[in-house]
Amino acid sequence: MAQSTHTKTEPESPGIRIRKVGGGIGMKEQLYVPGIAEGLGATVRHFFRNVFAPKDKKYTKTIQYPDEKVEYPQRFRGMHRLVPREDGTPRCVACFMCQTACPARCIHIVAGETDDERIEKFPVIFEIDELRCVVCGLCVEACPCDAIRMDTGIHPKPVYTRKEADFGKADLLSILGRDEAKAGGSRSQTPPPASAAGTGRVDRHEGDRGAGGRSGGY
Amino acid sequence: MQSFIPVIGELVMIGVMLALLLGIAGPLTWAERRQSAMIQDRIGPNRAGIRLFGRDVRLFGLLHPLADALKMITKEDAINKRADRFLYNLAPLIALVPALVTFAVIPIGPDITVFGETVRLQVARLDVGILFVFAVSSLAVFGVTLAGYASASKLAMLGGLRASAQMISYEVTMGLSIMGLPLIFGTLEPYAMVQQQGELLWGWLPKWGVFVQPLSFLIFFTAALAENKRIPFDLAEGESEIVGYFVEYSGMKFGMFFMAEYIEVIVIAGLVTTLFFGGWQVPYLMDSGFVFPGGATVAMSEWLVTVLRVGAFMFKLLFFLWFQLMIRWTLPRFRYDQVMDLGWRKFLPLSLVNLVLTAAVVLWVS
Repeated sequence: MAQSTHTKTEPESPGIRIRKVGGGIGMKEQLYVPGIAEGLGATVRHFFRNVFAPKDKKYTKTIQYPDEKVEYPQRFRGMHRLVPREDGTPRCVACFMCQTACPARCIHIVAGETDDERIEKFPVIFEIDELRCVVCGLCVEACPCDAIRMDTGIHPKPVYTRKEADFGKADLLSILGRDEAKAGGSRSQTPPPASAAGTGRVDRHEGDRGAGGRSGGY
Repeated sequence: MQSFIPVIGELVMIGVMLALLLGIAGPLTWAERRQSAMIQDRIGPNRAGIRLFGRDVRLFGLLHPLADALKMITKEDAINKRADRFLYNLAPLIALVPALVTFAVIPIGPDITVFGETVRLQVARLDVGILFVFAVSSLAVFGVTLAGYASASKLAMLGGLRASAQMISYEVTMGLSIMGLPLIFGTLEPYAMVQQQGELLWGWLPKWGVFVQPLSFLIFFTAALAENKRIPFDLAEGESEIVGYFVEYSGMKFGMFFMAEYIEVIVIAGLVTTLFFGGWQVPYLMDSGFVFPGGATVAMSEWLVTVLRVGAFMFKLLFFLWFQLMIRWTLPRFRYDQVMDLGWRKFLPLSLVNLVLTAAVVLWVS
């Protein structure tokens, strides 16, 4: 549509030229029924194709969770895990790099001394609040010992109370990496329930039950 | 004592019809969801199950309607403070009962003889037949309007007005489009119409309504869909897009509106089957067995013939249920002015023309 300039000779013209394209609506469309029949053909075809599909060639794209699950990509950051040494103790030397790097302040470490001079410290308590975790992976990047990884390919189970989402050292050690959890693929590993005994630290969630908010810091 | 047997027969028939209606309406909601899923390349609800003998019995999700019913019964019945209590409680009833009652004149099978008594497979054989259907279905408009008015909510009021305007517009067309059939069959009573549809035209074509009045079938079917506010004419409710007249209803009262819609779907299917597709007639099946046009006959016992006929009615009913569900998921919604235009300026003249043409043909033939 071209905009013609207003001229004093045609004050009532709005200044827009209109050009009709196409032949307008055809008889087939106006009758409705042929068009409806065509549309019905498409839906009926889909219906019978899906209802009578053979078991091995299904056209429906639905994944029946939780019986079937979608494979996560290789770079998926899931739950954390503590990587063990050969003797089963965690590689972690309680350097507090991950705790410092974590933007959500969800890692809590209490350090203790070891007898081994090369490994000076070890974590007495290593606890992660998976509910606070923003899954950024900065703790993995910060760790100098490759002690913490997020390659498990699972995510924490839904919980009823906030306390159940605190995972302690034993739980985090027990999770396997995605490549090690062989049977059934990476999604077959079920996340561990947090140990009910807790970690022995002061209950950080006591501020939640009262007014419903945290009392600042941790 | 002897006179009680017909009364008991009537009561049993009423119970059977109610059970049939309500028993189909529940799985119809399941079928709606599964069928729409199958059309859209997905699976649909298949998960609601109960634990039997320690295992979950899921049954393709057939328990979902039961779950819906339980949900609606246990929901809180919240009522507006300013709502007109009496009308508010009355509206779902007025919406539901006409849908149930309309099914009373639809015959599901031929008259059968049980213990020497003739049992009608039809709740009420009225001489006015289909006029009763239209009279009663017009009452449903009251339910809708009252629901909108008594809700004390502006948007519900507007929704009620929208819906009732649409319903009233299509009632006229619904009634007029059918009037060709009494001209041809000479009766208003559905049972007599079904009986006459067993006759053959030109020796080979069953005298079904759809063959003698195809235009009437199209108009009636569409007008019935519009009357029931079924897609593509669902602009009154719009299903989460626009506020409908039942917005202030919760729990089982909404459940009654919901059920009323699905029961009306069944009633429409029953009406279309009865009037246009021969009801319980199987083509070429007479009382004694099959009588094909070529002359070949297959003798059958009367019992088998009755079973075949009732089965035919059920099959046709189910087909039209399936078809209405198909239409719902195929067509986009009409705009309000398109609905009104279609009802008053296209269908009403068409049905009048159909009536005049039918009258002319009947006069010319006789």
